[in-house]
Amino acid sequence: MLKHDLTRRTLGGRLLTAAAGLLIAGGLAGVLPADQARAQDKFITVASTTSTQNSGLFDEMLPKFTEATGIEVRVVAVGTGQAIKLARSCDADVLFVHHKPSEVKFVEDGFGAKRHDVMYNDFVIVGPADDPAGVKGMKDVAAALSKVAGAEAPFASRGDDSGTHKKELSLWKAAEVDVASASGGWYRETGSGMGATLNTASGMDAYAMSDRATWLAFENRGNLEILVQGDERLFNQYGIIAVSKDKCPSVKADLAQSFVDWVVSKEGQQAIADYKRGGEQLFFPNADKAGS
Amino acid sequence: MNDLIQSVGEALRLLTSLDPDLLEIVGLSLRVSLSAVALAALIGLPLGAAIALFRFPGRQALVVLLNALMGLPPVVVGLVVYLMLSRSGPLGVLGLLFTPGAMIAAQVILVLPIVAALTRQAMEDLWSEYEEQLRSLGSTTARAIPTLLWDGRFTLLTGILAGFGRASAEVGAVMIVGGNIDHVTRVMTTAIALETSKGDLPLALGLGIVLLTLTILVNGTAELVRRWSKDWAG
Repeated sequence: MLKHDLTRRTLGGRLLTAAAGLLIAGGLAGVLPADQARAQDKFITVASTTSTQNSGLFDEMLPKFTEATGIEVRVVAVGTGQAIKLARSCDADVLFVHHKPSEVKFVEDGFGAKRHDVMYNDFVIVGPADDPAGVKGMKDVAAALSKVAGAEAPFASRGDDSGTHKKELSLWKAAEVDVASASGGWYRETGSGMGATLNTASGMDAYAMSDRATWLAFENRGNLEILVQGDERLFNQYGIIAVSKDKCPSVKADLAQSFVDWVVSKEGQQAIADYKRGGEQLFFPNADKAGS
Repeated sequence: MNDLIQSVGEALRLLTSLDPDLLEIVGLSLRVSLSAVALAALIGLPLGAAIALFRFPGRQALVVLLNALMGLPPVVVGLVVYLMLSRSGPLGVLGLLFTPGAMIAAQVILVLPIVAALTRQAMEDLWSEYEEQLRSLGSTTARAIPTLLWDGRFTLLTGILAGFGRASAEVGAVMIVGGNIDHVTRVMTTAIALETSKGDLPLALGLGIVLLTLTILVNGTAELVRRWSKDWAG
């Protein structure tokens, strides 16, 4: 009896040990090989914004670049502020964002040799269809924002130091509204990406400012619709910069430069112009090949 | 409500379509989290047992610390691992940032305290029960560790599964150190976060249901192994 028990116990033990062994072996195997295989591929890391990714532009244009050059593009999509920090820490080879003053400073500080315009679209003010602040159809964005503030209608702000957030703050300044003092009241800072902020705005029927591309691709609109557009202050310019090898010896300067060159080339610009959602073009190419 | 019903349909579609992109994401999720749990178990089981059995100055404080670390916020771990692995950080030369390796490292840090703390408690209970018996058989404290680990294996399995739950469900750490790069570091949780921010709530929730199914499968497999080994043991 006892002997029988022992045999069985050993078998059960073996089974469990084998399972544990498999798990550990599998786990250890998972740490290395695939990474190493990938590391041999040619790839660059691009720090970019949520608008370019969430709108689907990259899914459309990057395969064309990879096909033409064999270089894989890995996109880390965060707010413009964080993207610039990533590039300053040498964690990206290319910076592709939309806040010109920050980009110019990035170049001035020596982190990139040249900044190129790539494309533009515009920002829009969205809000609930019943429009409690009565801004629908206004052309003057600053006047519209001061009406929102006057009505103390809820406004969802990115509040995340992104390009869109910086733009929004400059517009509040133009409207001479002190949003900092209203924060937590009618002015609500979500501290998150464009899509997440639109989800919040949609949930609380708030006004919000969005880039048009994210808005067109956004599917959870609820009651929201575009209320204010067309003011030239809502212009949204995207720029691209290859990170400088002088500041960041680890960057893949050659591969990064091929990407920048392609994006401002005829093919790259055409790929941007070709991208449409529901028949509407999301980004309008306007590259300056010379850069500045 | 409509979104909820749609998301169930979306989940069924995802589960039956076996879309290659989804399979890739599921595969990477499993690879990252199972690797992290395996490494955490490899370190955490002996570590927890050692803290349970040995007496040394500062042990109480260490126990409290270990228990507290079970509540490590993933986003903080992600940030610390990012700062370590960043090109401008101390381990930047490894070039691990934005790779699955970085995600595994972050998850090991999250899972290790859970495995070690639960092991510590289980081993302490067993030790108080069997210490005299094992000592009378001439066992030293160190020699008792493998015996007790084996004896408590089913309890420890639950601890390891708790660690897996933590790893497969967290988004804060893998988002920061992985970067949610398509085909490279996108896992289930970061894909869900991305679809949420695109406003595609049914797809996001559908992915959530797929992730839950996956977690149930892993736990079911563990339960089967436990049963078989118990049956065999009589």
